[in-house]
Amino acid sequence: MNRRMLRKIKNSAFLSLSLVATLTGLACLAAILWTLISHGVSGLSGRIFTQMTPPPGGQGGLLNAIYGSGVMTLLGILIGSPIGVLAGTYLAEYGRSSRLSTAIRFINDVLLSAPSIIIGLFIYEIVVVRMGHFSAVAGALALAVLAIPVTLRTTEDMLNLVPIGMKDSSAALGAYPWRTTLSVLYPAARSGIVTGLLLAIARISGETAPLLFTALNNQFWSTNLNAPMANLPVVIFLFALSPYKDWQDLAWAGALIITVTILLLSISARVLLALLRAERGS
Amino acid sequence: MAIIDPGHAAKQLIYERIFRSATFIAAIFVLLILGGVAVSLLRGAWPALSHFGFSFVAREIWNPVTDQFGALAPIYGTVMTSLIAMLLAVPAGFGIALFLTELCPPLLKRPIGVAVELLAAVPSIIFGIWGLFVLAPVLQRHVQPWLIRNLGDFPAIGHLFKGPPYGIGILTAGVVLAIMVLPFIAATMRDVFDTVPPMLKESGYGLGATTWEVIWNVVVPHSRVGIVGGIMLGLGRALGETMAVTFVIGNAHRISSSLLAPGTTISSAIANEFTEAVGDLYTSSLISLGLLLFLITFTVIALAQAMLRRLERRSGAVA
Repeated sequence: MNRRMLRKIKNSAFLSLSLVATLTGLACLAAILWTLISHGVSGLSGRIFTQMTPPPGGQGGLLNAIYGSGVMTLLGILIGSPIGVLAGTYLAEYGRSSRLSTAIRFINDVLLSAPSIIIGLFIYEIVVVRMGHFSAVAGALALAVLAIPVTLRTTEDMLNLVPIGMKDSSAALGAYPWRTTLSVLYPAARSGIVTGLLLAIARISGETAPLLFTALNNQFWSTNLNAPMANLPVVIFLFALSPYKDWQDLAWAGALIITVTILLLSISARVLLALLRAERGS
Repeated sequence: MAIIDPGHAAKQLIYERIFRSATFIAAIFVLLILGGVAVSLLRGAWPALSHFGFSFVAREIWNPVTDQFGALAPIYGTVMTSLIAMLLAVPAGFGIALFLTELCPPLLKRPIGVAVELLAAVPSIIFGIWGLFVLAPVLQRHVQPWLIRNLGDFPAIGHLFKGPPYGIGILTAGVVLAIMVLPFIAATMRDVFDTVPPMLKESGYGLGATTWEVIWNVVVPHSRVGIVGGIMLGLGRALGETMAVTFVIGNAHRISSSLLAPGTTISSAIANEFTEAVGDLYTSSLISLGLLLFLITFTVIALAQAMLRRLERRSGAVA
């Protein structure tokens, strides 16, 4: 009897601890979102989207930073995702279980969780040092390197989900694999691949470390890809650590914008994936 | 009726070759990136490594004025912050995974799972700014004074909790890191727990075991490899995390006996100083730090991946 009580108590103790752990995790997410909203909303105004980042003590907005982030993220995706999609296609369709593919899969998963500051140093060494100055191109390349593993992984997974019968039908009609891939597999896996792109955009648009010494920052409006370019994460970093109240407010507003964007992207990626699963299931 | 046009077939074959080569080159590109990272870091680090030799990793000094650099303080900071993060995040992640797989009402399973995954999507700079403006003051006012009062005079570990409560420092960085890696650990463990065959668990319950006994004696032994893999994946993240740490570490190049004191980590030293570094030796020393981080994290992540892969193969064989 006593032993049974002890087991029961132990059971409820550990189960309550797991509940506490879950509540703590959820509380952290809530606390972060609450802080962002309460600090960020007050700083949000029309100025944010119409004016440039101000000098110390001055008033201004984040227009150049938002523009820079958009341009570099877009360029990063445009450069990185075709490589990721093609490499994923190779793994799913041509290489399948060769030793090379196993190695590439392994390296890709390692790159997926590699520290992004290392990628920043890498691009600094091979681009910034060669060109002799910081530039938006270097920033975009660093982001592209980060986008490749994400798109590769999802592309391979999604191509593997396409029913084998579709591939066989296409082959039976005499189509070469390239035709099958472009006309049958890609359309069938389209929403899955788009999910991968959304996840990649979400991943790279909040990255700070790889931009610190590639794109650097720029206080002014600049569309020159060959020059340093402002971007939200680095502006948030610099402004949040500054002693000026105006700058800190701008940092909070920027943080809110970036987080909302990324959460929306991740949620839409998830919804898309759920729809895809439902479609496949039926 | 079939008309075979030899020209058409030849053209198809050419397209096939082009497409195949394009995908092959893209796949090889992934290997080239890793190789490129290794080679370029080694080249950038060479001046400092050849100048200081092995002593680079064994010296605490970091003086840009006299051009004397050693990596011991950043290494210590990286290891300590990650250790604190793991001590906090592993039990919590285990608890969340356990809750999601065994306890959670089915209706709440997805929303809570998604919330945990969204926490993983929040960019690290957000954790940094939150840690500096919200978490650090709370720790400084409430938690650290308590630690100093109650643990400061404890034998053996007392020195870890001595000194003034700065707010920012090794301990705060560890706590922020713990919150950051928590979703990764929880999500991996949940996926691993889900691979345990229901039959095994039901056998445990059939013998009269409590939920906890089934978890500890059936689920955990069965998913041991995956649990360790998930923990190491989280560790890899914690070791290399940059922005969240840079905000709250205090950036002091010294090793303090107290966890409450400011310190530095490999990644935050690079983030803070790289653009301001003047002189080849200074820049090269920072790149050497990057090379060290590369070696450490890639080893940890590769081991984690190898473990998770082994588990995947095994559960694939069972299914």
